[in-house]
Amino acid sequence: MLENPFSSMRQSIVDGAPDRALGLAQEAVATGMSLLEAINNGFVPGMHDVGEQFARGQMFLPDMMASAEAMRAAMAVLEPELKRLGSERPMAGVVLLGTTKGDIHEIGKILVGTLLTAHGFRVHDLGVDVPGEKFASKARELDADIIGVSALLTTTMRNQKGVIESLEKAGLRSQVKVMVGGAPVTRRWAEEIGADGYAKDAMSAVALARELMEQKALPSVTEPA
Amino acid sequence: MRPKFTLLDKPLIERILEEAFQLIENPGVRVAPYVVELLRSAGITVEEGVAHIPAPRARRALESVPPEFYLYDRRGRPAVHYGGDDVHFDPGSSCLNILDCDTQLPRPAQSADLVRLVQVAEMLPQFAAQSTAMVCNDVPAEIGDWYRLLLVLWYSEKPVVTGAFSASSLHTLLELVAIESGGQDALRRRPRAIFDVCPSPPLNWSEFASQNMVDLARAGVPAEIVSMPLSGATAPVTLAGSIVQHAAECISGITIHQLAQPGAPIVWGGAPAIFDMRTGRTPMGAIETAMLDVGCAEVGKCLGLPTHAYMVAGDGRLVDAQTEMESGMSAVLGALAGINMISGAGMLDFLACHSIEKLVIDAEAIASAKRLIEGIAPRGSSLAVEMFAQTGLQGDFLKLKETRALFREEQHFPTSVIDRGLSIPDAGAPNILDRARQRIEELLSAYQRPVLAPDRETELIDFAEREGKKAGIVGLPEILRPSAHV
Repeated sequence: MLENPFSSMRQSIVDGAPDRALGLAQEAVATGMSLLEAINNGFVPGMHDVGEQFARGQMFLPDMMASAEAMRAAMAVLEPELKRLGSERPMAGVVLLGTTKGDIHEIGKILVGTLLTAHGFRVHDLGVDVPGEKFASKARELDADIIGVSALLTTTMRNQKGVIESLEKAGLRSQVKVMVGGAPVTRRWAEEIGADGYAKDAMSAVALARELMEQKALPSVTEPA
Repeated sequence: MRPKFTLLDKPLIERILEEAFQLIENPGVRVAPYVVELLRSAGITVEEGVAHIPAPRARRALESVPPEFYLYDRRGRPAVHYGGDDVHFDPGSSCLNILDCDTQLPRPAQSADLVRLVQVAEMLPQFAAQSTAMVCNDVPAEIGDWYRLLLVLWYSEKPVVTGAFSASSLHTLLELVAIESGGQDALRRRPRAIFDVCPSPPLNWSEFASQNMVDLARAGVPAEIVSMPLSGATAPVTLAGSIVQHAAECISGITIHQLAQPGAPIVWGGAPAIFDMRTGRTPMGAIETAMLDVGCAEVGKCLGLPTHAYMVAGDGRLVDAQTEMESGMSAVLGALAGINMISGAGMLDFLACHSIEKLVIDAEAIASAKRLIEGIAPRGSSLAVEMFAQTGLQGDFLKLKETRALFREEQHFPTSVIDRGLSIPDAGAPNILDRARQRIEELLSAYQRPVLAPDRETELIDFAEREGKKAGIVGLPEILRPSAHV
């Protein structure tokens, strides 16, 4: 009996096997399978499993990195094809990601970006060592909904505040939600610097991004005169 | 015999150094424009911001590092000896939060918290040095960097382990210490402070770190490299691989430093940690983190350099059994490893929080660790036979003059923080947190601000007011007024 292609896709992500995920994505394109179904019923549930197992302490960060790599390999085939067919996934929001100035670490950011992409967000990754002004100018250019700022070191997490200040200076703060994360970052720190949210790991970053998008959709409350 | 704990044998240290020398040449070390000409003038190739340091050049730099030096207290007494196997401790530094003494919940640290911590540390002999332990959240960020140091200098006469948050603020900090020391020359002759400088892992001397290294070397004020490989995240996952990276960061930093000023004092130090593969956190209380600290220090010692490590910190969010178990274990290991300066006491929650209660408990662990490294000494011409000759099988050792003469040398007596059954309360024993609180109150009530010459006091205040004005701040916080009582 032939294996269910969706479960193979799911398993390729759980196993962190980029070559297998790539092959399955190419096969889906070649056989004319619904690519949205391949994403939503195959690859994304795999990433969801990974996130859940990680939250339960059954998977570890290196496993998750491998799964993210597999997800990227599959999406690199599927997304251009979807675009060509004119059947892009509904877009959950535009997210700008980057590691704060002075910090060159991006493990967490890559995981967050992969999971957000898997869940329908359009992610633009600014890379590492990104000054606050660059976040602000790119946010304006892309009309970003959310900015995610990562920092791995206690010495660089202070610069997350600089990103918020740059948005304020650029007059964009009310339009862009800011979420922060990284090993030394805490919810308290996020509150202290005036961020809109803190995510302790990649899966909770997805939940937070969805929540922030809901907040954005609410009509803005104006102060009584 | 001084007991000693080592983790690396000679062949492994040689392999570590061999690979570290390989790394600094290829792939090389990222450096800032500030040091490119300095490196090139020494024949080091720098291409696209990456320096490729040949091993012989780095070895020459290592040879010019002083194997030992002292930090001095305000009265000019040598108070910290960097070198050999001497061991000193200081509180952890630059913390953003404090565990509130009443609620035991974390909150942003304030100036009054830093002052309180400094006063307590001043009274505890276990801390040979102070640190700029907290960032004061109640003062504008523009002055926060030097303001911490000003408070420490104001309330303490012990040497200070500090560091700048930027390239430019280093000069303000240096100026402050120079005023307090009686001028630049006095500071150079009898350094009161040592400045931590952190490379960014892996193998990156950023603009700020590069500049700090050069400027400290030229000022003749000791620098302390705080290399922070995080095993599996910003460094190889193996402990040995991370120790190689630590060595490569230290050797490349020392090369920059010694090229700027040969013979300037510098310390082989760090705050390495493992990277927890479940959470992405960097547990300072993990045994592997302590192993990294010991291993890194061993490599520095093998090169004959003064050493530093970040230990005595726990990861619990409360001052609890976990936090103290982790802190106590690493205090013992650090002491046994003979690390010259061990920073970190008082800190918990992955270095995110300070606690003065924890500081006084850690002081007890440090006192025990210091007793441990005194070892077991043969005292007198006979170990036991002569005492038995006096008391026979009756075993009445309590009456012997040797007992009275020697028990203080043999036994360490902890303070009331440690429950040895000294007082038995009527209803329930106070827990360690209550005992720590009581000890803090005792220490604070006995504290007296060390005298600072009035002219230097005035100069410090004038300088601080001038610097504050540059940042748009009029006057100084009340806490710094000479008559202020905290």
